[in-house]
Amino acid sequence: MIRVVLPAHLRTLAGVGAELKLDVEGPVTQRSIIDALEAQYPPLRGAIREYGTGQRRAFVRFFACEEDWSHESPDAPLPEAVAKGAEPFLIIGAIAGG
Amino acid sequence: MVGTRKGAFVLTSDGKREKWDVSGPHFAGWEIYHVKGSPADPNRLYASQSSGWFGQQIQRSNDGGKSWEPVGNKFVYDGVPGTHQWYDGTPHPWEFKRVWHLEPSLTDPDTVYAGVEDGALFRSTDGGQSWQELSGLRGHGSGPRWQPGAGGLCLHTILLDPSNPDRIFIAISAAGAFRTDDGGKSWRPINQGLTSQYIPDPHAEVGHCVHRIAMHRSRPDVLFMQKHWDVMRSDNAGDSWHEVSGNLPTDFGFPIDVHAHEPETIYVVPIKSDSEHYPPEGKLRVFRSRTGGNEWEPLTKGLPQSNCYVNVLRDAMAVDSLDSCGVYFGTTGGQVYASADAGDNWAPIVRDLPAVLSVEVQTLQ
Repeated sequence: MIRVVLPAHLRTLAGVGAELKLDVEGPVTQRSIIDALEAQYPPLRGAIREYGTGQRRAFVRFFACEEDWSHESPDAPLPEAVAKGAEPFLIIGAIAGG
Repeated sequence: MVGTRKGAFVLTSDGKREKWDVSGPHFAGWEIYHVKGSPADPNRLYASQSSGWFGQQIQRSNDGGKSWEPVGNKFVYDGVPGTHQWYDGTPHPWEFKRVWHLEPSLTDPDTVYAGVEDGALFRSTDGGQSWQELSGLRGHGSGPRWQPGAGGLCLHTILLDPSNPDRIFIAISAAGAFRTDDGGKSWRPINQGLTSQYIPDPHAEVGHCVHRIAMHRSRPDVLFMQKHWDVMRSDNAGDSWHEVSGNLPTDFGFPIDVHAHEPETIYVVPIKSDSEHYPPEGKLRVFRSRTGGNEWEPLTKGLPQSNCYVNVLRDAMAVDSLDSCGVYFGTTGGQVYASADAGDNWAPIVRDLPAVLSVEVQTLQ
């Protein structure tokens, strides 16, 4: 099981708690995690990635094992600790706004 | 129902409109551009919820706002979107940003229209689950020449003609007003008579910064408009307009609305200028005309008459259908003012909400 942590506003939107668990088929990547997340929680569609382009929204960041993966390929394999559920995949609302 | 920069609030009272309960924030932390109930089913509400971080959501309630569920938020332009003009006149691709206004059908609770930025009109016929663009609006020819106003290229006004289900009026800043007579398939600009000195051709077919249009349901051919500058009136469903600013201290402003029972009684909130978005002389005054324009009287009782520098945004005024007519408006300072006597006397319902984006009223039996 993959562990995912959402920012507070998306927890409310999806109706979930601080951390959720997902089954992800195939290689564990940013894309496969978010595909599974959107399939299980449809209100999150369009809230993390843009409709149409599928690009990460500008003020959303992805972290794993204390590293920023936001600019990595969405198909790059994530660390084994995330794939095995030892560490969570973090979806973060960027600190922005001044 | 009050939409603010940081959530929605529901203000409730009985027919006397003296004591109010305030609930909220609903959708705390999100921008709520608009909340509106279905005229066909008062328990059906729609809300536009958005965030610079997480984009657009549409929320729907089937129980008068006790509970909400997110419904469809996929707003995709029809076909190849093309371009409109950017502020500097260069072509800019159409990009969906947010829903400014939701207008439920007069007859079907599952049908609702959404006015969006960048300027387009969408419709859902399944209670907000899916959305289709009425692309004849952008596609009628002038779309590539539309240019955003300071607040963005927003479609902010949707008026459904109660006497003709095929007729809809919309307005876009800063493209102007448009009308369809075939249920949204084809559209044409209805801006004849508007004069805007700030555009290259002041009498152009499109390019006018229309801030708001209002009608009385008993006379859908009579339209009232608050333009960027100028208060305007049309007696022929927008085919032509004439100015009715009359003795207003300034004819810049955002909202305009019509008394529920007197089709010639209209309300505006004059704002000093487009670069000074606050009331003239620091006095918050609603102006009422009982003659359909030109002759205006200031309404000041209960409103701050010194040191007031708030704005009242275009969707932030509404009327109820009680007798006598209640009038409501919200400010960027977070106050919501109410008058239970058609504007003669005012009192704040709340004073310290986040900046108010929209005010709508439901009159329940």
